[in-house]
Order: sequence, then C-alpha cells, then structure tokens
Amino acid sequence: MIQKSDDVIVRTVARSLMPFILIYGLYVVMHGHYSPGGGFQGGVILAAGFVLLTVTQGIERTRQHMSQKTACVISSVGLLIYAGIGALCLILGGRYLDYGRLSQLLQVDQPTARSLGILGVEIGVALGVMAVMCIIFFSIFAADETE
Amino acid sequence: MILTFDFILILFLFISAIASITIKDLLSAVIILGAYSFFMCLLWAQMAAVDVAFTEASVSAGIGTVLFIGAVSKTERRSKD
Repeated sequence: MIQKSDDVIVRTVARSLMPFILIYGLYVVMHGHYSPGGGFQGGVILAAGFVLLTVTQGIERTRQHMSQKTACVISSVGLLIYAGIGALCLILGGRYLDYGRLSQLLQVDQPTARSLGILGVEIGVALGVMAVMCIIFFSIFAADETE
Repeated sequence: MILTFDFILILFLFISAIASITIKDLLSAVIILGAYSFFMCLLWAQMAAVDVAFTEASVSAGIGTVLFIGAVSKTERRSKD
C-alpha cells in the first residue's frame, strides 16, 4: 500500500534522520531510571523510527529490516527478559521484581543491583513495545495487500 | 504570569477538543486531535508531571496520530452524521 516516496529530499532527510531517532530512543531507555522517560516511551520512539522508514522508503524495504516473524520474536524476547528478571528475584528468595536479591548473583552491593535490575526490566519493556507497535502499524497499513 | 499561560493553554485545549468532535472531515479531526494531545502534553509539563508529558507526546501525538490516519484511510473521509 505505502509506496516509496518520489521526492529525493524527503527520502534523503528521512534516511539521515533515522540514526538520530534510534540513538535518542536508546538514550531515553538507558536513562529511564533517574530522568523522565523509560522503557515504554523509548520503545515508542524506536517504533516511530520504523514508521518514518516505512512512510518514506515503502513497506517492502522496511519488511527487509523488520519482518513479521522478527517482530514476533523480538516482542517475545522482551516479555521473556521482563518476566525472567522477575522470576529470578523470586528464585533467589525475594518477591516478584524484588531487585535487591540480584546482588547475590551479580556480586555488587544492593543499590547497584536495584539500578541494574530496573535497567534490565526497562530494556525488556522497550523491546516488547517497539515490536508490538511495529506489528500494529504493519497490520493496519498492509491489510489490503492480502485482499 | 504563569497562571495566564495556564489559562491560555486550557483555552486552546477546550477549543481543539470541541473542534475535533464537531468537525465533519475525519482527517482534519485526527490532526486536531494531535494538536489536542500536544496541548495536553504542555499542560502536564506545566503541572510538573514530566514523565506523563513525555508519554503523551510520544504515544498520543506521535504513534496515535499515525494509526488514526491509517484507520481513516481504510474508511471514508467524510462523517455521515
């Protein structure tokens, strides 16, 4: 449905803007635990980069980078990271998502373990949100290809 | 002075909210809904809820507008009622 844009300016600007959008999304994810932002917002910004790529380069080109199967795998991996860290805390004797217990495993003191635990959970949330947003976007805009 | 700024933002918020539900052209309604989200984002930031403002700006004004435009392109552009 979405064709490649005819305008060379649009395509060039979008292509040169794409790495900055992805770096900004990664920044929002990585600094989520002590500044505004976090996994959800960062994942949405990463997905917005793929939306920009689709609108300017066409849906076929984007499918090469992020196919339906890849998106499903990435969203499952994100959920696995989130639930895995929570269950790991449960196994180590604490409550679900009780990051302090990770200090036994990571050989660091408790505040550092809590910080690293939140960072891991946010990376999982960001991967899941990015992949699911891409799936929603593709299934809305590519629906009439199958008709 | 900040209070004046607040009232101006709320005025624009009301105008864009009422316009987006009364206008007949659905594509224009989607764009005005994006403007509504952005004024809501400014109000959240003004009320010192920066995290909520960030979510509003990225989800509602960013991805939400794109998904609504996709939904409008699948249906008719004019509202019947």
